[in-house]
Amino acid sequence: MSDHSFELKGSLFPLSVLYCQDLSAAAVKTQLQQKLAQAPAFFYRAPVVINVESVTQAPDFAAIAEVFKELELVLVGVCGASAELKKVAQAAGLAALQLSKSKTPAKETKEIEAKTEAAAVAPVMETKVVEQNIRSGQQIYAKGADLVIRGTVGAGAEVIADGNIHIYGTLRGKAIAGAAGDNQKRVFCHKLEAELISIAGSYWLSDSLQGEYWGKSACIGLQDDKLVLADLL
Amino acid sequence: MAKIIVVTSGKGGVGKTTSSAAIGTGIAMRGFKTVIIDFDIGLRNLDLIMGCERRVVYDFVNVINGEANLKQAMIKDKRIDTLFILPASQTRDKDALSKEGVERILNELAQEFDYIICDSPAGIESGAMMALYFADEAVVVTNPEVSSVRDSDRILGMLSSKSRRAEQGLPGIKEHLLLTRYNPERVIKGEMLSVEDVGEILAIKLLGVIPESQAVLNASNSGTPVILDEDSDAGQAYLDTVARLLGEEVPFRFLNVEKKGLLKRIFGG
Repeated sequence: MSDHSFELKGSLFPLSVLYCQDLSAAAVKTQLQQKLAQAPAFFYRAPVVINVESVTQAPDFAAIAEVFKELELVLVGVCGASAELKKVAQAAGLAALQLSKSKTPAKETKEIEAKTEAAAVAPVMETKVVEQNIRSGQQIYAKGADLVIRGTVGAGAEVIADGNIHIYGTLRGKAIAGAAGDNQKRVFCHKLEAELISIAGSYWLSDSLQGEYWGKSACIGLQDDKLVLADLL
Repeated sequence: MAKIIVVTSGKGGVGKTTSSAAIGTGIAMRGFKTVIIDFDIGLRNLDLIMGCERRVVYDFVNVINGEANLKQAMIKDKRIDTLFILPASQTRDKDALSKEGVERILNELAQEFDYIICDSPAGIESGAMMALYFADEAVVVTNPEVSSVRDSDRILGMLSSKSRRAEQGLPGIKEHLLLTRYNPERVIKGEMLSVEDVGEILAIKLLGVIPESQAVLNASNSGTPVILDEDSDAGQAYLDTVARLLGEEVPFRFLNVEKKGLLKRIFGG
């Protein structure tokens, strides 16, 4: 009978592979910092393997490991190492991984970049909740998020969100939803007395908002590039 | 520990100094040791309203710069012995105030006084910010008209984001609405916003409503805070306001048009 309380099994995991021509600690650090700046959360404590196929001289693995530690990445090991480099890497406490297929490094890099960008552009839509009135002159921006205001937006105040905007009080100021260009976003408010409402760049001034929904609850969305007012309920 | 109350509005000419003088005097009349500081550097007015303009020797800026001490600069009121005034400088401008300097003086005053009333200048620049930065409570003076209401809304935003309490994550400044120059007749005619309108827009607790009154101008001209004119409607309204500020429940008065009596109709009111 096998004992299930202890097993050592092989498994496959996606790992980021670093391709870097210059493997001096300083160069690796600058390049990584640039990359991380684009999506810091995405790479937090990410396991990384360094491809050393094109390396002729053994890099200072200890120094590189320090850089990884500092940038809060986990350096797992190296891949594509010659027998000689393998020994150096293993001596530095790194695993020497085998390359499954020989892919051209350039292609691989592109793929990783594409993935990273996708992750940075379309993160999970979050919600920013503000538990107070937004006064004249104040500006609230919910970047990459929905915005919920548990209060009133005063005349001369601006609330902006890349997502939807919900206002539980009166909207007297400006509300700009879908600021990043998403025309599916909407503005919901309990009492509409807005100076301006904009969705994905299309906007209405208060003059055009007068009428059926003025002073009442409303939901404003975009249909065929035109703003459309509707009942909240 | 002293309570620091800023009297502010954003807009000019709505009655900040009149209200500072009246509220400061009213609190002092209750026996609390009170000092009113004029933060309007360069446009000194509080001393006139308080009737002590001829006794100004040193001012707030002198004290900040260490050219005089607080005892030399503070003017003791001749009517109420728990009331002091710290006048503004007339020859300097608002940049003469530094946050460190103001803090040092407020700390020094807090040792001795129960209430520190800061009479803010108009605007949202450094002078007004300095007056509200250290406040525990704020009296937002508003006239019942749209521009004043909007400016008050702006100041309320500043109170909740630019004050020491906001920056240090302490409980927010307690905000009070003081509606001044209220004229019920004009409200009925639709020429003025009503108490309800203003209350709805600003969404803060109403502290008092001061009726538009000839007594206010008379008081300013004679250098007597209007609260001391206890026969006047404005004076009584300020007395109510002070009572509410000190936590008492007082019904609101002067909200409706007074019916003219027969005699008044005959002889004119």
